[in-house]
Amino acid sequence: MSSAEIILFWLFAALTCGGAISVCVSQNVVRMAFSLVLTLGSTAVLFLLLGADFVGATQLLVYVGGTLVLIVFGVMLTATGPFTRIKSSAADGILSGLIGVIFLFIVASTVTSVRWMDTDKEQGVASKVAFGTHAKAVEGGFNPAQQGNTTRQLGLSFLSLRPDRDLNLSIPSASRKVPNTAPVVPGSPVMEMPEASASEPKLSAGYLLPFEIVSVHLLVVLVGAAYLARTKRRTKS
Amino acid sequence: MQAIGPNPFLFIGAVLFVCGVICMTTKRNGIGVLMGVELVLNGANLNFITFSRFTPLGLDGQVFSLFVIVLAAAEAAVALAIALNFYNNHLTIDVDRGDELHG
Repeated sequence: MSSAEIILFWLFAALTCGGAISVCVSQNVVRMAFSLVLTLGSTAVLFLLLGADFVGATQLLVYVGGTLVLIVFGVMLTATGPFTRIKSSAADGILSGLIGVIFLFIVASTVTSVRWMDTDKEQGVASKVAFGTHAKAVEGGFNPAQQGNTTRQLGLSFLSLRPDRDLNLSIPSASRKVPNTAPVVPGSPVMEMPEASASEPKLSAGYLLPFEIVSVHLLVVLVGAAYLARTKRRTKS
Repeated sequence: MQAIGPNPFLFIGAVLFVCGVICMTTKRNGIGVLMGVELVLNGANLNFITFSRFTPLGLDGQVFSLFVIVLAAAEAAVALAIALNFYNNHLTIDVDRGDELHG
């Protein structure tokens, strides 16, 4: 990472954490919505800094552009007059802040106590157990810095093609088929071909089925939300 | 300057998660509870992207974060429809007033 990226990281890390805490602390719904916009936008920048360009752009488009607009509409439709601020008592605030600090300490100390980037032998064995034989292809992290071009690979993985994992697979030379040019003499013993399917590496799994499930799920959600939010006509009885 | 490892990103994810949980549990406004859910999902997303960058998880983390984004959008739509229905019936959005189901 260059120094500009490090400065950007700390700036947007501070914006993310400050926005999240402001969402928690603020009592006004409109201010909470604005802080949420700030938080999610800064998280998108963090995604871009991590080399996930497509996910960062999707976060900006879908989350900040879609979901948050929906929430702001909800705020506008429900926060009329006295309902803009529904206060909770100060004792509740102090108690929840205390619990939050303790909880944050537990979670953060647990997560940061693991040495994730360890590349010694033990960790290598562990990652090979966890990720199969493909761990060698992505050694040293998937995305080296300044690469970040993930759009085509993401799209292909939704079609169940994984060029990011399968392209570097080395086929063992024993299983490579030798063209059998010798004429087959009737009566001669048949040469045993090596089992090709046993020693060839398997291709990685893609995400075609979850993609279809999510699309059907979105359709169901569309119908369900329209059904729930429709205006009920009062029937005179 | 040395490069930034995964730990600062994981710490930000932890902050987002804890803030979301506190927001979900303490807000009396229904929309505020929704915002807490969004914060928690973003913390999980940040962890996914961090591990996809720094561990052999690879592209799978980014695919899963895309699924999380889509499901969060669907959840927000349905939950907002329920909140609007609640507001139409009760003329308030205070979640403490939704106590008609107690036994």
